[in-house]
Amino acid sequence: MEFVLLIFLPIVAALFIPILFKRIKGIHTGWFVLVIPVLLFIYYTTFIRTTMDGGHAISELQWIPSLGISFVSYIDGLSMLFSLLITGIGALVVLYSIFYLDKNKEKLGNFYVYLLLFMSAMLGVVQSDNVISLYLFWELTSISSFLLIGYWYTRDGSRFGALKSMMITVFGGLMMLGGFILLGIMGGTFSIRELIAESSTFVGHEFFTLALVLILLGAFTKSAQFPFYIWLPDAMEAPTPVSAYLHSATMVKAGLYLVARFTPIFAVSEVWIWLVTGIGLLTLFWGSLFAVKQTDLKAILAFSTVSQLGLIMSLLGAGAITMHTNEAIFSFAMFAAIFHLINHATFKGSLFMIAGIVDHETGTRDIRKLGGLMSIMPVSFTVAFIGSMSMAGLPPFNGFLSKEMFLQSMLAIRHFELFNFATWGVIFPVIAWIASVFTFIYSFYFVFKTFAGKRKEKPLPHEPHEAPVGMLISPVILATLVVGIFFIPNVVGKWLVKPAVMAIQPYQYSHPSEVAVHVSAWHGFASPELWMTVGIIIIGGLLYVSLSKWQKVYAIQPEYLSLNAFYDATMTFSEKGMNRLSRFYMTGLIRTYLLYIFAFLSVTTISVLFIQDAFVVDMDSFSKISVYGVINAIILLLAVAFVLFSKTRLGAIISLGAVGYSVALFFVIFKAPDLALTQLVIETVSVALFLLAFQHLPKLNDHGEKKSNKIVNGIIALGVGVTVTLVALSAHSQKLVASISQYYKDTVATEAGGGNIVNVILVDYRGFDTLFEIAVLSIAGIGVLGMIKLRLARKGDPDENK
Amino acid sequence: MELLMAILIGVLFTAAVYLILSRSLLKIVIGTGLLSHGAHLLILTMGGLGGASPPVLAEGVTDFADPLPQALILTAIVISFGVTAFILVMAYRAYAVHKTDDMNQLKGNDEHD
Repeated sequence: MEFVLLIFLPIVAALFIPILFKRIKGIHTGWFVLVIPVLLFIYYTTFIRTTMDGGHAISELQWIPSLGISFVSYIDGLSMLFSLLITGIGALVVLYSIFYLDKNKEKLGNFYVYLLLFMSAMLGVVQSDNVISLYLFWELTSISSFLLIGYWYTRDGSRFGALKSMMITVFGGLMMLGGFILLGIMGGTFSIRELIAESSTFVGHEFFTLALVLILLGAFTKSAQFPFYIWLPDAMEAPTPVSAYLHSATMVKAGLYLVARFTPIFAVSEVWIWLVTGIGLLTLFWGSLFAVKQTDLKAILAFSTVSQLGLIMSLLGAGAITMHTNEAIFSFAMFAAIFHLINHATFKGSLFMIAGIVDHETGTRDIRKLGGLMSIMPVSFTVAFIGSMSMAGLPPFNGFLSKEMFLQSMLAIRHFELFNFATWGVIFPVIAWIASVFTFIYSFYFVFKTFAGKRKEKPLPHEPHEAPVGMLISPVILATLVVGIFFIPNVVGKWLVKPAVMAIQPYQYSHPSEVAVHVSAWHGFASPELWMTVGIIIIGGLLYVSLSKWQKVYAIQPEYLSLNAFYDATMTFSEKGMNRLSRFYMTGLIRTYLLYIFAFLSVTTISVLFIQDAFVVDMDSFSKISVYGVINAIILLLAVAFVLFSKTRLGAIISLGAVGYSVALFFVIFKAPDLALTQLVIETVSVALFLLAFQHLPKLNDHGEKKSNKIVNGIIALGVGVTVTLVALSAHSQKLVASISQYYKDTVATEAGGGNIVNVILVDYRGFDTLFEIAVLSIAGIGVLGMIKLRLARKGDPDENK
Repeated sequence: MELLMAILIGVLFTAAVYLILSRSLLKIVIGTGLLSHGAHLLILTMGGLGGASPPVLAEGVTDFADPLPQALILTAIVISFGVTAFILVMAYRAYAVHKTDDMNQLKGNDEHD
């Protein structure tokens, strides 16, 4: 079966959603949608057997074969794991949304269309083997995320958040496209598998580091790494199922997927390892620090997501070190990254759903107003407790296992000797440990400030009560997984994690079972990470208890120094700056624009003339100076001067006529009788026309033009005149080919049967010119007639735009 | 002769551009008229001014002026006449409607940015 087509199944289904929503009012549309992720999930589980053996499956659909662009569904351990996450959590989120969104009040048609669009896009991202189609799906996730964040589009916050996430992720996406194209140039192919196969030849290529940085920019913006994380907290304006799905479990992991997928190509580079590990760790630290500051439940979770994504990112960087060393501990890091990725999806999904339930049942997400819900909402509390404790890294939950492995990996980095890690590596475990302390604090802060303690005096918007069963199903399933994975980590490892690790590091392993990692909850008292965890619990516990005393510290940082303020300032600056710039040069005055045009014309032409050494005057090619010519030239110059300096309309018109007649005289002098005739007639008619309009024309007036403006005009005009003279002289002096006129002279009698060569050219050799010249004259005549005759009566309101 | 003509054409262009840059609508129309004269003379000059007799077949004449530039200019004269007539009437209409020929006052309205 061509399973590449399954990527498009959600999109195809989305076509029918609006119809179902409109026609079938009785049943919540979500039930129809639910079928799709469930079917896909079941289908993708059948690949586990293949990937467990280190195998893969490929299905291809040609799109633009001539450019090497196709849809290729390539399922190996890594993409299988992601596909399962997308469809599995997708199914749970759809189920949750059925109870979360009211079928009568909400525009469900829109919601599920966007959601299915997103699901297709995400499957496409993780399964694509072709970087161009990967980019296509990547941008589709940005667009569908934009639509979902702005789902309640009447709210300002939603629109702001949607725009912000769009700006940042699309910026990253475009950078990534640049990286992909550079990769395509280096490798001569767009297929990731083929690129990986020949990646050893890329090292040292001039594009290598640039492609690396560009692709990482794409990954960092999508996965909300420092400093691009700022869109994620604002994306919390989306409905909670969307936050749970996109902004914790799937889309934000697209960046992690990208890093993992391109590890075999780029991990040889020091820049890659430092950037991925360093930025990951910085994000982990920063996110955990600021999560404690938040007062909105979803904002806490947003910052915790940022922080946890940083954790996974730093593990991916640490795991990439295996390219340089044989020490098993670093393959351990890659295992930990994938393992934590699964764990995070389970506990963060459930926590978001609980935040949604609290919001739904109490009417607020403000942690300052909440408290004492434990006895009212026991099931929600249990789920939240499990999720938070897992997030804090406590046993017996899966977060404990990945936290231990994380600490172990960070401790191991000290022993890596290349790339200055021996010097700087020691700060890694320190930062990791501090970040873990803060993770511990905000996990407790999240769950206990909401559920424990006393009920607040002020009544909540709704009288709180336990959520309906349907809403609890999904978080309970996820919480079960959180506990379950703790007890069977090695089964998960064997089925899902090891095949994924093998896919990320194809050079190190030929079979998943070679990934020599055995997860155990107990390492004995000798292991340092145990004591680190104990330290986290003690210090974290103390800090949590004294939270109210030191939480005010966050107020020290002024708002205008935050990254959000920086983003806002950038947006305002670019908008205002562009506006100012266009106002500066677009004055609305025709003189300004003509000045630009004429100045550009003369400056470029003259400079090219002299830079290219093209200015040549060949006196020999000139013809003799005739006396009549000189006299006529003087007449013409005088006439021009009169035109320029005339104070009256009549004077100007008559001097213009004089110019025309002396031009006609030149035509006589230079042996052009037809031209002379035409020029005389036309000039007469023109002058007559001017005189006809004379009565209606305004008096000649310079409208008090400033002297400085006149000087600028004069300089520019002189520049144009000089340009024309110089070009004319050097063009005349350098004729490259002989004129074709000899042909006309020779054949005018024999071919055309005429004697007046100019007339024969006009009506015979080049008759088309004449035809359209007639057309021009007719159009001008019609135009003149129209302007004089037509009066679209707007006498009362002269401004038609009002 | 070509040198003289080139300078003359330069003067015509200078005067034309100076007028076109002014604030008065009528001066702009006159400027375009001068500009087309300059262009016509430029075409003629570029074709060479050396011909001894007009390009009409006659007994015993072989040294004709180049006929092709003349044909081109003839077309150009007619077209520039059409355009001049058109913009002259347009200037007249603009003046009739807006009661001004000051280009600064005829500029786009700020409200429509």
